[in-house]
Amino acid sequence: MKFLVCISHVPDTTTRITFTPDGKAFNTAGVQFIINPYDEMALTRALELKETLGGTVTIINVGPLATEPTLRKALAIGADEAIRINAEPTDALFVAEEIAVIAKNEKFDIVFGGRESIDYNGAQVMGMIAEFMEIPSVVIATKLDVVGTTATLEREIDGGKEIVSVNLPFVVSAQKDFAEPRIPNMRGIMSARIKSLKVVEPTNTLKPTSSVAFQTPPPKSECKMISPEHPEELIQLLHTEAKII
Amino acid sequence: MSILVYAETWDGKFKKPSFEAMTYAFELAKTANDTVTAVVIGPASEDELKRAGEYGCSKVLHANDSKFVSFCPSAYTAVLADCATSENAKTIVFSQTYSGKSVAPRLAAKLKAGLVSGAISLPSSSEPFVVRKKCFSGKGFTDVQVSSDIKIIAVFPNAHHIAANSVSVTIQTINPAIADALFNTKVNEVKKTSGKIVLTEAEIVVSAGRGMKGPENWGMIEELADALGAATACSKPVADMGWRPHHEHVGQTGITISPNLYIAIGISGAIQHLAGISSSKVIVAINSDKEAPFFKIADYGIVGDAFQIVPKLTEAVKQLKSSH
Ligand SMILES: Cc1cc2nc3c(=O)[nH]c(=O)nc-3n(C[C@H](O)[C@H](O)[C@H](O)COP(=O)(O)OP(=O)(O)OC[C@H]3O[C@@H](n4cnc5c(N)ncnc54)[C@H](O)[C@@H]3O)c2cc1C
Ligand SMILES: Nc1ncnc2c1ncn2[C@@H]1O[C@H](COP(=O)(O)O)[C@@H](O)[C@H]1O
Repeated sequence: MKFLVCISHVPDTTTRITFTPDGKAFNTAGVQFIINPYDEMALTRALELKETLGGTVTIINVGPLATEPTLRKALAIGADEAIRINAEPTDALFVAEEIAVIAKNEKFDIVFGGRESIDYNGAQVMGMIAEFMEIPSVVIATKLDVVGTTATLEREIDGGKEIVSVNLPFVVSAQKDFAEPRIPNMRGIMSARIKSLKVVEPTNTLKPTSSVAFQTPPPKSECKMISPEHPEELIQLLHTEAKII
Repeated sequence: MSILVYAETWDGKFKKPSFEAMTYAFELAKTANDTVTAVVIGPASEDELKRAGEYGCSKVLHANDSKFVSFCPSAYTAVLADCATSENAKTIVFSQTYSGKSVAPRLAAKLKAGLVSGAISLPSSSEPFVVRKKCFSGKGFTDVQVSSDIKIIAVFPNAHHIAANSVSVTIQTINPAIADALFNTKVNEVKKTSGKIVLTEAEIVVSAGRGMKGPENWGMIEELADALGAATACSKPVADMGWRPHHEHVGQTGITISPNLYIAIGISGAIQHLAGISSSKVIVAINSDKEAPFFKIADYGIVGDAFQIVPKLTEAVKQLKSSH
C-alpha cells in the first residue's frame, strides 16, 4: 500500500512569537522548527500500518530549502522517501493543489496529514487535497484501521465522536490519540541521511489568500488578586466588572 | 446576489455557532446591501427553520432528502456549491466547528475560493477584502487578504456575538442532484458525550487539574459548573490518570477552546495547557501557589486552597442568580 504523509514545518511549541518591525512577517530569527505535532502522529500511524499491511511511506512538504532538516527528521523516524515542492507555502489552496496533483498521479492509497498546522491554524489543507482528488476526507480523526480496501475511523465532532467508514483512497487528518509519536533511534538517524529527498518545482499558480499583516495580542493587564477569605468578591467582579455572569 | 451561510443543525435544531454565523453574515450583508440565505442540510422542522429569520436570514434553502440525514463532507460540499451558484453568492460564511472544518476547505477547493478559517471579526475592508484571524495558537493575529471572486469565511466559535435581527423569511426545500458517488462516507455510529453542554461551544468553562488530588473531589467542580451553566474541562495529566474522560482535556494535545470565561482550578498553567485556552476572553486562576504561572495570564486570581474556595464560589453564584 502507498501511504503519503503531508508534513508541515512549524515553530517549536514553546517559541516566543514575534513579528518583524513592519508587522509584515513572522520573525524566524533564532526559532527552532519542528515537524507539526499532528503530522508526527499521522506519520507514526502510517508507519504502523506499513508494518502490518506492507508498502511504502512517502512524506511530502511544500516549502523552501529551510524545511529539509525537518524532512530528514521525519525520514529518521522511519519514512522511506521524501518529496519537497520548492515553494513558499503562503496559501492553503496552493499547497493542497500541489500535493493533490502528485498524490493523484502516483496513486497513493491514503493521504495523511495533521488536523491543523500550529502556526497558521488553518485546518484547511487536508480537506482541500481531498476535494481536488475527488476522494473522501475524514478530518480530526482519533483512530484509523484498514481492512482490505476499507478503512474505519473515529473522528471528533462537536459534542462527541463519530465512527465512519470509507473506501480507499481517502484523506485523513490526525488529532491526538491517533498514534503515539516515536523517537528516532540511531539507525534511523544514520539511514535518513541517505534516503531519497526529491525536490520538484511547483506547477500551479492559484493563490487566493495572503497574510498581509501580523500583530501580537496586547499585553495582558495585571491579574487582579482576590482575597481567599472572600471568594464571593470574584463572583461580584465577574458580574459587575467583567459582565460575563 | 446574496451572502450564503451554512447553518448547521444537531438533532434537527440550529447549533449555537450557527446563530453566530448568521449574525456575522447579516452584519456583513448590511454593509454591502445584500441579503442572507441560509443553507440547511438534513432534517429540521419548519418552526426551527423559521428561527433563521430571527437572526437575519431572508431565505432558507433546505436540503431535506433522507440521503442527507448522516453527515458526508463530499456530498454536503456539493450541495453548498450548488446553492452558491444558484444564489450567485460571492461570500459564504461558516462556523469553524468540526463540521465547518470538514466542509469549508472542500468547498474552497471546489469553488477555487480563498478561505479564511477561524475569523475573529468582520472584514476590516472590502476592497481589498481583509479579515483578521488568530495564528500561532492564539499567540498572534494575522490579517488575511482574499483576492478570489468568491470568498469563504469560517468564524471562530464564540468570537462573534449573536444578535436578533428579525426579517421575513421564505423557506424553500431544495433537491440538488448529487451524484451517488459523492455519498462516500458511511457513518456507522454517533457517540454523544452525554446531554451536557458541548465544551467547544460553552460560554463558561470550569476546569481543574492535579491540584484536586483525585477524581473523588470533582463533585465540587461539577457543582460550580452547574451553578454557572458551564461545561467542565481538565488538564492533560488528569485525563491521562483517568480521573476525567479524555474528551475534557484541553491544551496543545487536547482541544482548543475560547469561552468568555475560563476558570482554572488547581492547574499550574504549563505552556502546553495555555495553548488550548489562552484566547478565552476572561481567565480566572485559583491556585495555592502564588508563583503558579497561570497568574501571569489570568485576569483574576485567588491564591488559596481550592477545597475551601470552590464551595464558597458555588454558594456566591447561587446567591447572585437567585437575586436576579
Ligand atoms: C508535548 C506535551 C504536550 C502537552 N499537552 C498538554 C495539554 O494539551 N494540556 C495540558 O493540560 N497539559 C499538557 N502537557 C502537560 C503540561 O506540561 C503540564 O504537565 C500539565 O498541564 C500540568 O497539569 P496540572 O496543572 O493539572 O498539574 P500540576 O502541574 O501538577 O499542577 C497542579 C497545580 O495545582 C496546585 N494545587 C495543588 N493543591 C492545590 C489546592 N489544594 N488548591 C489549589 N491549587 C492547588 C499546585 O500549586 C499546582 O500549580 C503537555 C506536555 C508536553 C510535554
Ligand atoms: N506546506 C505544507 N506542506 C505539506 N503539508 C502541509 C503544508 N501545510 C499544511 N500541510 C498539511 O496540512 C495539515 C493541515 O494544515 P493547515 O491547513 O495549514 O492547518 C498539516 O497538519 C499538514 O499535514
